[in-house]
Amino acid sequence: MQTSTETLLASQQLWLIPILPFLGFLLNGIFGKRLPKAAINVIACGSVLLSFLWVLKTLNALGSLETPYVEHYYTWIQSGTLNISVDFAVDRLTEVMLLIVTGVGFLIHVYAVGYMAHEGGYYRFFAYFNLFMFFMLILVLGANFLVLFVGWEGVGLCSYLLIGFYFLEKFATDAGNKAFIVNRIGDYGFSLAVFLIAIHFGSLDFGRVFSQVKDMPVESSPGWITAISLLLLVGAAGKSAQIPLYVWLPDAMAGPTPVSALIHAATMVTAGVYMIARSSQLYLHSAFALNLVAIIGVATAFFAATIGLLQNDIKKVFAYSTVSQLGYMFLGLGAGAFSAGIFHLMTHAFFKALLFLGAGSVIHALGGEQDMRKMGGLARKIPITCVVLFCAGVAIAGVPFTSGHYSKDAILDAAYTLSPWMFWLGTFTAFLTAFYVFRALFLTFFGEYRGTYGREPVHEHSGHGDGHGHGAIHESPPIMWIPLAILAVLSLVGGFINVPKFLEPMFKLSEGELPSFVSLGPMIAGLTGIGLAYVFYVLAPKVPEQLASAFSGLYVLIYNKYFVDELYDATVVRPVVDGSRTLLWRTADAELIDGTVNGIGRTASGIGGVLRLLQSGFIRSYAAWVVAGSITVVLVMALWGGSR
Amino acid sequence: MDAILFLIFAGIAVICGLNLVLQKHPISSALSLVGVMGSLAVLYLLLGGEFISMAQLIVYAGAIMVLFIFVIMLLNAGTERPSRRRLWAQYAGVPLLAAMLAIAFYIIQRALPPSPGVHFGAFQHGNPFDIGIKLFENYVLPFEVTSLLILIAIIGAIVLARKEIN
Amino acid sequence: MPQLPSAAPLSWYLILSAILFVLGVAGFLFRRNIITVFMSIELMLNAVNLSFIAFSYQLGQNDGHIFSFFVMVVAAAEAAVGLAIILTVFKNRQTLEIDEISSLKN
Repeated sequence: MQTSTETLLASQQLWLIPILPFLGFLLNGIFGKRLPKAAINVIACGSVLLSFLWVLKTLNALGSLETPYVEHYYTWIQSGTLNISVDFAVDRLTEVMLLIVTGVGFLIHVYAVGYMAHEGGYYRFFAYFNLFMFFMLILVLGANFLVLFVGWEGVGLCSYLLIGFYFLEKFATDAGNKAFIVNRIGDYGFSLAVFLIAIHFGSLDFGRVFSQVKDMPVESSPGWITAISLLLLVGAAGKSAQIPLYVWLPDAMAGPTPVSALIHAATMVTAGVYMIARSSQLYLHSAFALNLVAIIGVATAFFAATIGLLQNDIKKVFAYSTVSQLGYMFLGLGAGAFSAGIFHLMTHAFFKALLFLGAGSVIHALGGEQDMRKMGGLARKIPITCVVLFCAGVAIAGVPFTSGHYSKDAILDAAYTLSPWMFWLGTFTAFLTAFYVFRALFLTFFGEYRGTYGREPVHEHSGHGDGHGHGAIHESPPIMWIPLAILAVLSLVGGFINVPKFLEPMFKLSEGELPSFVSLGPMIAGLTGIGLAYVFYVLAPKVPEQLASAFSGLYVLIYNKYFVDELYDATVVRPVVDGSRTLLWRTADAELIDGTVNGIGRTASGIGGVLRLLQSGFIRSYAAWVVAGSITVVLVMALWGGSR
Repeated sequence: MDAILFLIFAGIAVICGLNLVLQKHPISSALSLVGVMGSLAVLYLLLGGEFISMAQLIVYAGAIMVLFIFVIMLLNAGTERPSRRRLWAQYAGVPLLAAMLAIAFYIIQRALPPSPGVHFGAFQHGNPFDIGIKLFENYVLPFEVTSLLILIAIIGAIVLARKEIN
Repeated sequence: MPQLPSAAPLSWYLILSAILFVLGVAGFLFRRNIITVFMSIELMLNAVNLSFIAFSYQLGQNDGHIFSFFVMVVAAAEAAVGLAIILTVFKNRQTLEIDEISSLKN
């Protein structure tokens, strides 16, 4: 689609943005085994850095985009009236996403150089990391649903590869499988939506589809718009870990911490949010679907926050926090404030990546320990990590002037306009968020050190690698804390980047007066949460245990994540596995198909066995057969044919 | 006259043929075969094929059968012993052959257009001159090919029958 | 005594040919000595020769004679090679029984 902007500018070579990490993947993947670590680092981080710089250059050249800038590469599918080509498009939404993906991605790559320094499979890790960047950029740059889907699937694949990075551990490969399979369910919904779009709109191109939708009157939208929106929501719920497809994200913590930071905090899980924001026109024409997005969002936010209250593994706390914050983004989208959702996506990328990377720094310092019950009193030993994590903490809690405050506020404002109960639930969740994050921070950094690292002559690994027995708790090297520091700064001041204003041409901002408690509520909730956490875990450490034994039933329920995994296992997984095994494997495959194929073989050999008797070796019997045959031929010719 | 000649020599041919099949010793069979060939040569003469008749006597009866007799002598083939087992071919053979004969008779009687009969001298083109012209004008290619065939046969026979060189 | 025709009709020649051919097949099927079997083959060839000449007479052309000539040539070559083979077989197995030569069984 040629636009006026495009004809004025020379081509921006958008394809370079994803191709540079892809080259990094190829180089590291093919030659990495023989390259020195320094070379691998340069290739991996350098390609992402170059991509980031190219993004900056492109954004600068494109100026203020009023209309999307599209680059057309080649026609992929041409079938009847359906014409799908490989196109990249950049509009303001894409710009925001590109900056987040390449910028935060680069910082995490640099961090990973330090974190993975002692791990095996070094080159493989960075090859997969670069491949992930490639697919994520394709997802973001895609100008039609199919290219987006290519990126969608690709990031799912890389997620699987990276979650199962320590592939010798069964729980890691299981987690990778779980992520991929649950994602697949979402992808099924997404595919169905794509088919419906192709049928009803005759094209998958964003520009064409959304301009057609825009022209439709809102009140009398056909039912299939709702169907498409719901199916896209299924896909987004799978990729962005919303109810009911969130179960893979906590298990995905089996992967190395940089993976959790990049894929499961900053970029891949945001793909669902991005996709819904991109399809905003569709959702604006289906109030039912939009409401459902909000309901799922706020329910997930609350649900995951409650689980996060009681987890003991520091990464699991942050995983559930991610699910919860993604719920917030969905709430924002569902309330019609698409730009608020994207705003929160950006701030969340900053502080959640920071939280994960900081947690990785703690884990690295403790030689692989992840259980918070064995931490404590680390504030003096790893001060830089402590400071940056607290920066992230205040941001996620929504303390005024931090980035998280502005984005959460924007979402809750829109939520109040949609329906007040969502606002109150969201505010309560904000309280819970602040509480569990600071619980984690206080347990880790304050009080007395409850672990055993550094006190024994020999230490043993926990299952997550990183065993380089230094014997003493030490701060991370600069290559790890410099990215953390940058992210901390962004977490604090990132809120002043007024994303909603930037996205205004695309997503209308809502006007209207809101009661004052709407903006005060989240702030108070956040501060209350921090205070309560301080009381529980610093001043009076015995109180949580007493509460736990007092409400033991509730405690067990929440601690076991409401037994959702067990429920899925019993209702979905076991029937499918058992059914497959008995019905499909034993009966259909082993008996029917094998039986048929083997039966054909047996028949052929049986016939051969009979025919073999002809070969008696006696010439005279052969002669007799010849005579019989010739008589037959002569008879046939005489009676029925011949040339006369 | 022609009919009588035919009947005599046809009879000789059939009797010799039966002899060939029924005799126990190969030499007797070989001599019977010579008898068949001889009577056939006469029949060819009746049919006007002088060249062929002479060729039959010289090549077939004179060379090929002599070769047969050489080999029989060389191998010292003795009388055939009665066979210990009976093949199914021997049981099926009789009806098969009867069927074959019956079909042949049937076809000959039905399919052959009526003809006046064979008179000695009615066919004029069997002389060497005409045969030669036909052979070297129309059938030169098969002629050359058969000469090649004979060459191959010679080589084959030499290779097969030589003594081992140790 | 039935009146004999003055000249034998052509069909009689063909019947004779058929009889000789069937005799040849019989010898092939029922005799056990290889050389006798071979001679039966020669008998079959002769029978065919006769029918060629007979048809040639009827058509009035001597192409049948040419065919017959070629058949003879080929029979000669075949006899030469075949007897050489028989010699070799005899050298290897010391037997001329056709039923003993059944290595191709099954």
